[in-house]
Amino acid sequence: MIPLEYYLVLSGILFALGFYGVLARRSAILILIAVELMLAAVSLNFVAFASYMDAELFTGVIFAIFVITIAAAEVGLALGIVLRIFRERRSANVDEASSLKW
Amino acid sequence: MNGWESLHFIGPALTLLIGAIVVLLVDLITDRRAATAGLTLLVLALTATYATVHVVLGTSGEALYGAVVIDRFGLYFAFLLIAITAAVVLTSFEGLDRISQAGEFYALLLTSCASMIVLAQANELITIFVALETTSIAQFVLAGLGRDDRSAEAGLKYLLTGAISAAVLLYGFAFLFGLAGTTSLAGIAHYVGTGPEGARLALTMAFVLIAAGLGFKMAIVPFHAWVPDVYQGAPTLVTTFLSAASKAAGFAIALRIFYTGLGGGDTFISQDWAMMFAVCAALSMTFGNLAAITQTDVKRLLGYSSIAQAGNIAVGLAAVASGSTLGPSAVLFFLGAYTATNLGAFICVIVVSKRIGSDDIRDYAGLLRRSPGVALVLALCLLSLTGIPPTAGFLAKVYIFNAAIQTGHAWLVGLVIVAVLNTAISAYYYLRWARTMVLDEPADATAFHPTLALGSLLAAMALAVLFFGLNPTWLIEAARRAAETLI
Repeated sequence: MIPLEYYLVLSGILFALGFYGVLARRSAILILIAVELMLAAVSLNFVAFASYMDAELFTGVIFAIFVITIAAAEVGLALGIVLRIFRERRSANVDEASSLKW
Repeated sequence: MNGWESLHFIGPALTLLIGAIVVLLVDLITDRRAATAGLTLLVLALTATYATVHVVLGTSGEALYGAVVIDRFGLYFAFLLIAITAAVVLTSFEGLDRISQAGEFYALLLTSCASMIVLAQANELITIFVALETTSIAQFVLAGLGRDDRSAEAGLKYLLTGAISAAVLLYGFAFLFGLAGTTSLAGIAHYVGTGPEGARLALTMAFVLIAAGLGFKMAIVPFHAWVPDVYQGAPTLVTTFLSAASKAAGFAIALRIFYTGLGGGDTFISQDWAMMFAVCAALSMTFGNLAAITQTDVKRLLGYSSIAQAGNIAVGLAAVASGSTLGPSAVLFFLGAYTATNLGAFICVIVVSKRIGSDDIRDYAGLLRRSPGVALVLALCLLSLTGIPPTAGFLAKVYIFNAAIQTGHAWLVGLVIVAVLNTAISAYYYLRWARTMVLDEPADATAFHPTLALGSLLAAMALAVLFFGLNPTWLIEAARRAAETLI
């Protein structure tokens, strides 16, 4: 059986990659994909913990399902807003969405 | 304690959700905005009645297999959130400023309020996450509901930062779950209470991630970047709602997780997270106040001021002592006082913005001569935000600083000194605004008056600010009893 640490390291790497993507990408779509990567890391963590702690304990798996469901809702909404901004500006880059600035 | 009786425990939130659906349906039938707004107020009144029934019956205990708990803490926030939502709905009678979809606006307000009430009642990580995200998603839409481009931009920025902070929060939850083996806050408290010294690093990582995720809701530095942009870009009605309700909900769940879940002041890691909040508090106050000084747009100024105020409230989170609930009760009292003050200030801004068509601070010159009532209420709210007696803001600050000093830690006394210095900085920009209204010559001296509904709402806020400043016993007692149910 693969040790638990392997899963944790993999999810740590995924989370870090996602976070890097959030900081480095300019397109709102790519930022959303990076956030999805972070959420995938979280789900992996939950499922790994759940299966190593107790076979009877489904809490972690259920948590992962909730994470996936809510992430989908969030992405749907985000794409709606991005579409609206795109129609007006022909661009989905967040650094061009800068009419609000100090 | 399952089945129908469980539903009774989340009754107030359910009433709001059913109300939201009814509002949407009624909006399909009639185009009259007054009808939907009136219906929304009716739903809020019913919810308040339901919550009162809980208070009178003294309901307490867990429901839905321990997912939610009903206690004075949750009910305190339920009343606070209902009051905020009702104030926003009443303000909307004046006009929906840049929002065209009235039905959606009211339905989303109710949904958001409902999920924040569930959030204050949540007793388990999954419920916390779902309630938090439902709140957030409703608020993302609200921020983007305005007709113009800036509102859509505010919505997108709010959503992206919100999604990132949710992911960070969840990563923290995952570690907490992995360590404790359960998602229930009581189970986690039990685990932390056994003092697992070997897991200190992992626990520290978990609570830092959780604080980062919640810091977004509370708007404390360094998780504040969205605040000024969203406050300025979103329709002012929505900004009013966010500045009061979202912040209250953020602090509510932070208190619940750190006191019920991580054991408050009695565990081996309590000083660690207290120190983390102390650093965040000092940074928030200093950054918020310094950035607010140079602002000329009143909504942006109030945005930075709300970051600074979040710093003040976070002093209460840092004031952790063994077996003491002085810190949390100070946070609850501060939130009550801050809500009345902040709503008052924002409603004044809405009234003025509607009449003179500008959010520039220079256009507030001579407001005292143009609209004495509004100017006086705004001046009173600004005094309260600064923390000058006899207002509620003064007592809230005294109470929260006292809680920090009572713990007896030298670094908390240092934090209070930073906070007092910051109050002096904040006095500069708050009082400069008040001075502009009172002393400067208006460019255009046409008088104007708020409508009757808004006038009475403003009077109510001013009375609340003065009442809690002169006779705080009732609110302090409510906050103390609510905080005691946390541990």
